[in-house]
Amino acid sequence: MPRANTDKSGIQRQIMLPWRQSLRMSKQSIFVRLGRAIITASGIFLGIAFLASVLTSSAVLRGQGEYTADVQARNAWLVVMSLLVATVGIVNSMLMSVTERYKEIGTMKCLGALDTFVVRLFLIESCMLGLLGATLGAVLGAGVMSLVLLARFGGSAFTKAGAALTLGGLQLSLLPAIILAIVLGGLLSVLAAIYPAWRAAKMPPAAALRSEI
Amino acid sequence: MSTGVKEYIVRTKDLTKEFVLGGTVLKALNAVHLDIRRGEYISIMGPSGSGKSTLFNMIGGLDKPTHGSVFIDETDMAQLDAFELAWLRCRKIGYIFQTFNLIPVMTALENVTLPMIFAGIPSDEAMTKGMKLLEKVGLAERFHHKPTELSGGQQQRVAIARALANDPGIILADEPTGNLDLKTGKEIITLLKQMNTEQGVTVISATHDLKMIDVSDRVVWIRDGKIERIEERSEIEVRVGEMEGEPA
Repeated sequence: MPRANTDKSGIQRQIMLPWRQSLRMSKQSIFVRLGRAIITASGIFLGIAFLASVLTSSAVLRGQGEYTADVQARNAWLVVMSLLVATVGIVNSMLMSVTERYKEIGTMKCLGALDTFVVRLFLIESCMLGLLGATLGAVLGAGVMSLVLLARFGGSAFTKAGAALTLGGLQLSLLPAIILAIVLGGLLSVLAAIYPAWRAAKMPPAAALRSEI
Repeated sequence: MSTGVKEYIVRTKDLTKEFVLGGTVLKALNAVHLDIRRGEYISIMGPSGSGKSTLFNMIGGLDKPTHGSVFIDETDMAQLDAFELAWLRCRKIGYIFQTFNLIPVMTALENVTLPMIFAGIPSDEAMTKGMKLLEKVGLAERFHHKPTELSGGQQQRVAIARALANDPGIILADEPTGNLDLKTGKEIITLLKQMNTEQGVTVISATHDLKMIDVSDRVVWIRDGKIERIEERSEIEVRVGEMEGEPA
């Protein structure tokens, strides 16, 4: 965000954090604290794996004509619950990871970081973790459920499911379910990180530096 | 510095900071007037809880005063918006802390270049300057080490290099020797003094390390949030002479 204004001496006043640097810093932060990153990502991983498996089974069951209103209602309920649990999990681990780094955030602000830099770094970090967790979760959830369904219905499970799920004229079987799960996972983890990141960024540097963890 | 040199780089006027603790109001700073000259090495001394660190936070723009104002280069800090305040912290002031406060996930060089990146200096240029600064503090060969792989004294050297990254007018140090042993502490003080004389940077140090008195142009004694007395260099020299007469 290079916002510039010029002072009396004609020197350009600017404070910035280029995107390339933000990405590098967020990535570094994830790799150095890999343990915590894995815990955060596994929260979204589990939620999305469950979502993907439910979506897969719904598609197949619909193809088989076994997708009753009853099953549909129960599935919707399960999906909402699992996503809620996953989101609360991410908010919690983001809060932890932000609290752990108050001092670091305070220091960055002393060095000239704007609040938006802090928020951006945390959002990029959680977006990366969210997409990673969601991708693995979606693939694994859909994959395992596919095997279960194959065992139950045989090859017809997916040819019929393909017919059941049409997207813009294209006949797809599991792809939309997987993509939906990934996008949702990324989105949820960014949403979950907004509040903790914003709270940390708003803290006066003195207060952030004082905190001892 | 150009023709418009003002004598005072930092001025505080009627500076007061109150904290509310369990229903009672505690005055950490009570109407402090302090003028700091450009290029001087000033130590703010006092027992813990005297308000040194609060004063450090106020001068550094890290916290807001309850009343009164801080002027940096005759600019009232209360008038600055968030962007201007960040700019001031980035370009005008270099901070040094008791606990070093390096970013733990970054190497020594990355820590030193971070303020330059915020200032919009291109990456290559920042790297070159960062290496030069690390050389100056004697840590060039350890540039790729993380803070956890460095000793306390080395971390503080990196912090000093980082504080100098954008050629600030002021170095603000909060107990810079507080976590260091005697010898390392002395080295850090010498390094700070060296930067003060060589680069003309104003050093403001909150401390209760008496070794600091030796290099200070002025010593401000603070107690219960008030300035008790200010000693000039000439008065200090007499006292240091007396102290050296004592057995070590």
